[in-house]
Amino acid sequence: MMLEPLTFWILAIGLIAAAWSVILQRNPVASALSLAAGFVLLGILFLTLGSSFLMMAQIIVYAGAVMVLFLFIIMLLDLKTEEKRPVPYARLTVAVLIAAAFGCFLGTALTALPRGGEVLSWSRPAPPMDAGRIGELLFSKYVLPFEVTGVLLLVATVGVIMLGKKEAK
Amino acid sequence: MELVTQITLNHYLTLSGVLFIIGLAGVMLRRNIVVIYMGLELMLNAANLALVAFSRFGVAPNLDGHVMVFFIITVAAAEVAVGLALMVALYRLKQTTNTGDLTSLKF
Amino acid sequence: MNWVILLAPLVSAVLITLVLHPLRKISAGVSVLACAVSFAASVKVFLADGAGSVSAVTWLDYPGLLTVTIGALTDHLSTLMLLIVSGVGLCIHIFACGYMKDDPGISRFFAKLSLFMFSMLGIVLADNLVMMFIFWELVGLSSYLLIGFWFERPSAAEAAKKAFIVNRLGDFGFLLGILGVWWAWGTVDFGELKNSVSAAALPAVLAQNPLAVTLIGLGLFMGCIGKSAQFPLHIWLPDAMEGPTPVSALIHAATMVAAGVYMLCRVFFILELSPQTLQIIATIGAITAIFAALIATQQNDIKRILAYSTLSQLGYMVLAVGLCATSAAMFHLCTHAFFKALLFLGAGSVIHALHHEQDIWRMGGLWKKMPITAATFLIGTLALTGCPLLAGFFSKDAILLAALHNNIWIFGVAIITAALTAYYMFRLFAVAFLGQARSAAVQHTHESPPVMTLPLTVLAALAVVGGYLGQQAYLGQPHADHAGGGLVLWLSVLVFALGAVGGLWLYLRAKSERVHVDIFANKFYSDELYQALFVNGQQLLARILDWIDRWIVGGLIVRGLAVLATVSGEILRLVQGGNVQAYATVFILGVIFLCYWVMVHLQHLF
Repeated sequence: MMLEPLTFWILAIGLIAAAWSVILQRNPVASALSLAAGFVLLGILFLTLGSSFLMMAQIIVYAGAVMVLFLFIIMLLDLKTEEKRPVPYARLTVAVLIAAAFGCFLGTALTALPRGGEVLSWSRPAPPMDAGRIGELLFSKYVLPFEVTGVLLLVATVGVIMLGKKEAK
Repeated sequence: MELVTQITLNHYLTLSGVLFIIGLAGVMLRRNIVVIYMGLELMLNAANLALVAFSRFGVAPNLDGHVMVFFIITVAAAEVAVGLALMVALYRLKQTTNTGDLTSLKF
Repeated sequence: MNWVILLAPLVSAVLITLVLHPLRKISAGVSVLACAVSFAASVKVFLADGAGSVSAVTWLDYPGLLTVTIGALTDHLSTLMLLIVSGVGLCIHIFACGYMKDDPGISRFFAKLSLFMFSMLGIVLADNLVMMFIFWELVGLSSYLLIGFWFERPSAAEAAKKAFIVNRLGDFGFLLGILGVWWAWGTVDFGELKNSVSAAALPAVLAQNPLAVTLIGLGLFMGCIGKSAQFPLHIWLPDAMEGPTPVSALIHAATMVAAGVYMLCRVFFILELSPQTLQIIATIGAITAIFAALIATQQNDIKRILAYSTLSQLGYMVLAVGLCATSAAMFHLCTHAFFKALLFLGAGSVIHALHHEQDIWRMGGLWKKMPITAATFLIGTLALTGCPLLAGFFSKDAILLAALHNNIWIFGVAIITAALTAYYMFRLFAVAFLGQARSAAVQHTHESPPVMTLPLTVLAALAVVGGYLGQQAYLGQPHADHAGGGLVLWLSVLVFALGAVGGLWLYLRAKSERVHVDIFANKFYSDELYQALFVNGQQLLARILDWIDRWIVGGLIVRGLAVLATVSGEILRLVQGGNVQAYATVFILGVIFLCYWVMVHLQHLF
């Protein structure tokens, strides 16, 4: 019975710690690795919500492909550890204020949410969420966005190649 | 005590919000473009989490949220590819990825 | 027929300006021809005696509100005036052919002269106040153009401006008067006005405001003050002598300046309604008459003496109108046109012979060198000063007689003016034509060509017989038949003799000025007074407005807006730090604000 909260809290605390680590690490490689950890933890959180397909997608695309790209770029550009600069207190204050404002906003939104208090229980049957159903949806209801996404990926590929080419003299 | 023992939709949404705010803080505070990008990814993932949670707990639980997350993951992958390519191009031009040094928008 | 009178000079003006400009002699010929045609047509109209006939074209028609026609009114008043204008004009046109022969701008001159003839004849023929005003302004324009004919001379350009601007003041009053007439009687047509205006049946608006009658009269008189150069606005006429001498003769002696008097006679039935108006008119006329005569006694420029003499005589005419003696006024206008044109043309002949020498103290002894000019000038002088049996004698006596019957003070002023007239004219004649030659130029001069002496002769003849002709035409009976006629007759002969003898006695052998009266020589300081009062006041106002324009409008408002834009731009520029993260921060702030707004204001949608 205590399995759900236990899992959730462990994952949640780990996720927040990883996120903190991402933005606080001075070394970009450490940030990237923290981010990878965060992605994996988030994938597991998806699983707690009953979505195994998304967990796989998350881990493969994010923790796999995207992270590799990040690390690849960090290595390619040979980014050094950021040198210590004086803390920009003004910016920090502004950032904190904005974050606080956003937090307030989220809090207000959550208290107004119907069914916000519905308890998670694995034993209770969730709606069927296997990959097959998502595939059906993608090729029926969402076929147009799906195709457009394909075009988007194509364009991105072409764009990246163009950007990556050395300038022709 | 119930707050800890009873995991509800609000827990997930709060977690999503905290992640989002941390990502936001990263975007606003860090100077290295690559790390700013990582902050952006965090924010995207926070949104994904909220979507999946809604999909599970929503008024009429269904798979639309999942499909949305699927699209987000796809687009994010494309975005990261393009963004990082831009970064490479920028680095070639300016030899830096520090936003403090990239001020050609200044009037 | 009436239209021929009006249109012949216009055709000439247009033709010369557009086509004949390079052909100097043909231009002059066309202009003279046009004037001759006008004159012939005028004679025909005069003989036909279509009393009060009107041929009109409707120009503006607002039924029940205002109807303005362009028409030719030929009654007793206008046909006589037509004869004077076109006849004297013809003489002067012919004279100008000789006078302007060597001027490079002769074509331009004749084009303008024709334009003037057109405008002047338009005033005479006008059958309503609006048409008269239009031609009134056209006359002002052609006067401006002709005074400034030698515009390369700054003094001529200044004089032209002065004449134009001073005339505007009077014209403004005239316009107000016309509006007043329309407001009161609802028409501007002379014929309709004459029928509807009567002291017994004033329109309701006037019956309630007796002052309005006076004001309308004074407004119309304002036009006369400007155009006929009466006392407060007299300053432009002497300066107008900067124009060529034929112009001075035609416009500033014989015709245009008389237009004011003509207009007063035209609308006399309106002026008549208010005794106060007549009082003021008579007073202004008397003041002008004596004022100008006093100044004329101390002038040295031959044309200026004649100009002040003209002012003085115009004062006479206005005075006569103020005393209800309109026929005497028109009579004097007529004879004055003859002899003053003659005098100016004589002066022009002298000036031409002496190569533009105008100072009478550098003339002298011209009698022997230029006999015809001198003789005709003498006739003109005698006619002007009221020598018995010449033109001025009759017309002046008619005015004096009217004054004697109406107002003894004005009669006194008029008599003194008559004496002064004789004095300054004989001073002029003695200094310029008699005695010894005072400059080398005089010794080498000779008589002017026939083209110039012929008009002189014709005008001299008119100056001799004009009195007899005019008496018939205007007064209808010999003037001495009136009560007091004998007194006036002898008194005027006496003052003529006094003035003439005084002038001759003082100046016949004079080498230089015998009498010095600074205040007369300086024209009662009127120019200086105007300078101090109006020009400086206007300058001050202009300076204040300039300051306001420069600092308030230009500085505070126009530049202030520019500075505001610049400053706000500079402030906003600080935001554009070039730091993408700062932009992102602001963007996020915006997003948060938007979210709050949606939550607060669009809650009902969820």
